[in-house]
Amino acid sequence: MVRAEGLTFYYERLDEEGNVESKKRAVDHVDLHIRPGKFIAILGHNGSGKSTLAKHINAILTPAEGTLWVDGMDTKEEEKLWDIRQDAGMVFQNPDNQIIGTVVEEDVGFGPENLGVPTDEIWKRVEESLDAVGMLKYRHHSPNKLSGGQKQRVAIAGVMAMHPRCIVLDEPTAMLDPNGRKSVIQTAQRLNREEGITIILITHYMEEVVEADHVFVMDEGRVVMEGSPRQVFSQVEELKKLRLDVPQATLLAFELQKRGVRLPDGILRNEELVDELCRLKSKM
Amino acid sequence: MIRDITLGQYYPAKSVIHRLDPRVKLVTTMIFIVSLFVAKGIMGYLVATLFLGAVIRMSKVPFGYMTKGLRAIVMLLMITVIFNLFLIDGDFVLWRFGFLRITDKGLKTAVFMAVRLIYLILGSSVMTLTTTPNDLTDGLEKLLGPLKRLHVPVHEIAMMMSIALRFIPILLEETDKIMKAQIARGADFETGNLIQKAKAMVPLLVPLFISAFRRANDLAMAMEARCYHGGNGRTKMKPLHYQRRDRAAYAVVWGYFVLMIAVKWSTSYYAVMWL
Repeated sequence: MVRAEGLTFYYERLDEEGNVESKKRAVDHVDLHIRPGKFIAILGHNGSGKSTLAKHINAILTPAEGTLWVDGMDTKEEEKLWDIRQDAGMVFQNPDNQIIGTVVEEDVGFGPENLGVPTDEIWKRVEESLDAVGMLKYRHHSPNKLSGGQKQRVAIAGVMAMHPRCIVLDEPTAMLDPNGRKSVIQTAQRLNREEGITIILITHYMEEVVEADHVFVMDEGRVVMEGSPRQVFSQVEELKKLRLDVPQATLLAFELQKRGVRLPDGILRNEELVDELCRLKSKM
Repeated sequence: MIRDITLGQYYPAKSVIHRLDPRVKLVTTMIFIVSLFVAKGIMGYLVATLFLGAVIRMSKVPFGYMTKGLRAIVMLLMITVIFNLFLIDGDFVLWRFGFLRITDKGLKTAVFMAVRLIYLILGSSVMTLTTTPNDLTDGLEKLLGPLKRLHVPVHEIAMMMSIALRFIPILLEETDKIMKAQIARGADFETGNLIQKAKAMVPLLVPLFISAFRRANDLAMAMEARCYHGGNGRTKMKPLHYQRRDRAAYAVVWGYFVLMIAVKWSTSYYAVMWL
């Protein structure tokens, strides 16, 4: 679905005459291979290059070195630009700054309108996508009156209406309250499970990553760790060095392990921890 | 006060007016505004009042909601009324105090001027309250369509307008937030003369502009990510087609306009009798 080889990107700082003053490497020789239908998470603290990487997948940025293919299409090919953007939709961080329409359904229709989809088909798609994110009953509402989580779900519906095979969510929950966060992540998970859409979730909240199929951890533009959530979170010390938090259950299990409680590695959820502790207790 | 501006705020309801084609509403608003300047004498304003009243009634928008838009022009209204009231010479002096005096003509002009301004705002509010900004810009785009041949970027203008309308409430909220933040830091927006007040606006406007530019940048990226590439090859979710009710509305509006002109003629003919 998405494949990157040696992907590198610089942010250039220009002086007043427009000469390059300094170059900052935002993404540094990243190799990725994401298979269709997977739920992928990309983790990293601020400035780790994860958002820059995300913008490459939607061809908003094109690589300075290396190549990125989306569904076999090279993002550097200008004539494929709209196909790539239709194929890999993108949801951004700030819900207010990505809703174009003044009524929910008009906003969802914006993408298909741009693609030149016939009118009847647009209506069908709008209905389907709003239904898929559970926002159908708000179709006539003004986006200004929705909560942050609802706005983000409308934004996801707007992308869904373009019938993408992959959705990149760039820190979609960073500005939301816990309830909104949960609803957005659950929506993404459902789309992945039921519609088979590849989800690439970029975040720094560890709890959102637990259910992912594969996790990439980025630091200073490089992919420094990857694997299943269980593999990644069992390396608590390394994650701490990267200034990332692990889920609370994992952290507690890790601290208990250090004190000599015999728990297995890679506990992710509260329930798992409870089960393991009960098992230990019954053995005593 | 800035929160009271209703212009560009859609009020959702199910009424005939809401369902009308936006082109009809745009043309109607234009005709109504022109008719206000054509209007002469009490009869003319009576017809305009009846027309406006009927439209407001049919729109199902609460009257109180509609008059919110008027609060923003109170100052303008007061100035207009006061100037007309005191500065127009007439045949009879009704009231005198020092150099101030009110004449019959001054009073008449002041009242008519005020009514005209209020109707102007109410008339355009009916349009913006019953039409989503997107419909409005779609209507405008289609009405101005012929200008495309003269290389006027009609689609781009319409898109810019609809985005501007969408961001009015967001930026108002932001202004409010920044204002409170600056007040909490000891900024003073209330006291001082005009120049001091204008200077006090700087710490409000600078962050507002910065944030507006940042939003514009984000929005442009979001639009591109959703394949926006100008008006070419774009289809419409809600294409505009005239229905029977639109044609009927046109007939009513033109009928109203003809009536207004007729009233104007007859009043100038019987001018002496009317007032």
